Amino acid sequence: MRSRQVWIALATFAALIGLWVLATNSAFIKSGRFPSITDFGIAFNQITAKSYAGASLWSHALHSLKLVAYGFTVAVATGVPLGLWMGWSRRAEAAINPVFLIIRPIPPLAWIPLAILWLGLGDGAKIMVIWFSAFVPSVINAYAGVRNIDRPVLEAARMLGTPRFRMVREVLVPAAAPMIFTGLRLSLQASWTTLVAAELVGALMGIGFVLNMAQQDLYPGMILVGMLTVGILGWATTRALAAFESRALAWNVAARD
Amino acid sequence: MNDRPLSMRETMAWGAFGLTLFIGLWAFLSISGIVPRQFLPTPGDVVTRFFTLLGSPFAGATLPQHLASSFQRYAYGVLLAALIGVPLGLLMGWFRLLDDILTPIFDALRFIAPIAWVPFAALWFGTGIGGPVLIIFVGAFPPCLINAYRGARFVEPRLIEAAGMLGTGHFRMITEILLPASVPSIVAGLRVAAGLGWQSLVGAELIVAAAGVGFMMVQAQANVSTATVMSGMIAIGVVGLLIDVLLREGEAIIRRRRGLEA
Repeated sequence: MRSRQVWIALATFAALIGLWVLATNSAFIKSGRFPSITDFGIAFNQITAKSYAGASLWSHALHSLKLVAYGFTVAVATGVPLGLWMGWSRRAEAAINPVFLIIRPIPPLAWIPLAILWLGLGDGAKIMVIWFSAFVPSVINAYAGVRNIDRPVLEAARMLGTPRFRMVREVLVPAAAPMIFTGLRLSLQASWTTLVAAELVGALMGIGFVLNMAQQDLYPGMILVGMLTVGILGWATTRALAAFESRALAWNVAARD
Repeated sequence: MNDRPLSMRETMAWGAFGLTLFIGLWAFLSISGIVPRQFLPTPGDVVTRFFTLLGSPFAGATLPQHLASSFQRYAYGVLLAALIGVPLGLLMGWFRLLDDILTPIFDALRFIAPIAWVPFAALWFGTGIGGPVLIIFVGAFPPCLINAYRGARFVEPRLIEAAGMLGTGHFRMITEILLPASVPSIVAGLRVAAGLGWQSLVGAELIVAAAGVGFMMVQAQANVSTATVMSGMIAIGVVGLLIDVLLREGEAIIRRRRGLEA
């Protein structure tokens, strides 16, 4: 059963590539609309061997990766504690919720023009929008994680006179960890979407900037290179987070598939 | 931990405190001039600007007109995603081979952010209606497909067996057994799709559009009119919230009719 699926998947991709070659060679799809394999190869070669949009593919990708890492880290470092606090204290929840209700419906991408107004086209604006977009899922899931902890666990810990610091470190965070990681996964996704969008709107470097230039140059081969890179970066960082999660939650049988 | 739930009055009081702190800090920063008012208008400026935009045009249209043109694109994109995603999901739930063929493709595409389709969207369909619609479609499509698929896959086997025994064909099996049985799941998917579509719309309009709220915000950004940018954010947030509330309500009604808990 398992191997059948693998074979069908391989056959599908082989057929897709065959179809691609056929459609672009027979001029059924014009090369101005979608690149042929050769166009794709030329674009890939140009950006890896030489440069496009001011740098090589490697530096563009690394630049984007760096911004996502910064923005994501800042968002998680601020969002998770805030969520834990809101889950912990009814007062904090009551005070912060209304502000959150106002800010939350604003889609992450809608912050981009404001970020550019405030911080220009450089790295600061990108980190700001990633922060804002990745912040919300981090807060909400950390908050829900604490709220879903079984009452008896907390009561037992309190009865034993656990001091506040150890309560957070040894009870709250571990018990809320599976939910926190769900939040981190959503935050990571949001980070990539926002970064690519922000770089498409205005940037001087990065994979979204490559896409932007390729769009203006009417260069389908390079557009495809850019899209594939976005996909691969998204996939790789998601896998890295999943690997980290399974190590961090090794004690949690339910989190292991 | 403070387990005791707060009374209504306490909740209101703390809520008012939080809001006052937020708006007060904002007002303080802009009125005191710590942040230049051109870059951080006061809350009052933004409200005034918002109401001005309702009547007088910016970037070629008033705010309601921009919203209307955004909403048109949005409706096309989400509708298209539902019309293609739901039937395809049901088919994948019924025909194992189709599932095995399409799932790897969607799995591979999943990691490409919808917004990365912008250059091709512009190249293929231009920046008028077609380009943005494609981006919204890409954003809204996955939940339509996945929820219809899950709904169809987890239909109670007894229903399928009973129908099969009575000699039901493929077509009627899908339209009369799988589809009705998956409605709750599909509706939940549509709600998620509507939210993701709205987010994609904003992104699409920031990059490729000649009208719409996103376009208005980019123009305002170029003109350093921060109050207009913020008005756009408010409009987008309010409309997004309305869409979500309406669909939640619709979902609850459908679930109640099904005798499921809302």
